[in-house]
Amino acid sequence: MPLNIDGCIEGSYQLIGGNFATAGEASTCLKLKLTELGVAETIIRRASIATFEAEMNVIIYAAAGWLHYYITPHGIKIRIEDMGPGIEDIELAMQEGFSTAPEWVRELGWGAGMGLPNMKKNSDLFKIDTVVGEGTTVEMVINIP
Amino acid sequence: MTLAEISEILDALSIVSPEETDDVPFHSVCSADLMSDVLYYHAPNSLLITGLTQPHVIRTAEIAGIKAIVFVLNKKPDARTIELAQQKKIPLFSTPYCTYTASGKLYEAGLRSLRDA
Amino acid sequence: MKLGDIINDVSLDVKTCNVCLDSVITGAYVSDLLSDVMANAKDGNVWITLQTHLNIVAVASLKGVKGIIIVNSRRVDEAVLKKAEEEGVAIMVTPLSAFEVAGKVYQLLK
Ligand SMILES: Nc1ncnc2c1ncn2[C@@H]1O[C@H](COP(=O)(O)OP(=O)(O)O)[C@@H](O)[C@H]1O
Ligand SMILES: [Mg+2]
Repeated sequence: MPLNIDGCIEGSYQLIGGNFATAGEASTCLKLKLTELGVAETIIRRASIATFEAEMNVIIYAAAGWLHYYITPHGIKIRIEDMGPGIEDIELAMQEGFSTAPEWVRELGWGAGMGLPNMKKNSDLFKIDTVVGEGTTVEMVINIP
Repeated sequence: MTLAEISEILDALSIVSPEETDDVPFHSVCSADLMSDVLYYHAPNSLLITGLTQPHVIRTAEIAGIKAIVFVLNKKPDARTIELAQQKKIPLFSTPYCTYTASGKLYEAGLRSLRDA
Repeated sequence: MKLGDIINDVSLDVKTCNVCLDSVITGAYVSDLLSDVMANAKDGNVWITLQTHLNIVAVASLKGVKGIIIVNSRRVDEAVLKKAEEEGVAIMVTPLSAFEVAGKVYQLLK
């Protein structure tokens, strides 16, 4: 299927903290959108894994947030911003296995401490900005070669 | 290995049946309860063996490209999980075995874990 | 079969020091959920998991689990190893996935 992207396609989804019932819905919607646009499967896979981990962090750690996406013929840019506690030590948070997820979250299968490393692994550009007590913004770009 | 063969080895009960036309063979299995484990390490088109049955497991499967899920210890998902799996066309099974035994039996039958690049 | 034999046969990397590897292992349990292990693991099991949280040691110790196999080469904190040494729980690491270690241990124990 040929790539069917004209200019920049953008949109956003609202994310609600603590809402495990619909957790992951935004990322799966984005995945569907990318499929409709004819983006290659490997690119979709990277973009949706990275987005899903970022979405889950908002659900787990923040009160609320937004997922914005910008799709051009050259790449997919994802920005996830939340109103949450922020991250005190980003370097530590980026380490594989580091997690502050509470026990009840671990019992749901999250809190492996692989989310941020997974976002980095699956994106070509990864940026995280955080202010303790205010919130966190993650920006990722996945190139379309 | 086909889903029918896997299901027989695991004495599994089908909860959401595969589409009739969908008979792709499985080569790879992921046994995990941590969703990031599934998302980080595993190749697409794998089978997932897990002890969790909530809807977000189905969403993880969809994102990770997991093609079927086996719940262990006779666990049965709730209606929301089943509905989501039907919608996403992800077959679900329930086996009486624990993850260890289910993994052991499928490993013995020749399946392995293929890793994501 | 002794824990030490499993370690040799599956080429596990032992991370704890001075923990006895002579315990007899009669089975294994694979799970990343502490409550599940609390409910279902048995005395004489070796526990296979990706979970490296400090609480795994307490859970293992309470359940009479003598060894924990950490999969996917996950790094284990010093604090976890120290606690494990105190509690007499061996911690081993493998690059294999939980599925494949389970498969190998299953072959050895059946
Ligand atoms: N959006 C966020 N808001 C606040 N803290 C966060 C956020 N994202 C990540 N963190 C912190 O970074 C840690 C590591 O995150 P991650 O790698 O996704 O692993 P996990 O979510 O499994 O703990 C989290 O445990 C948490 O302390
Ligand atoms: Mg996370």
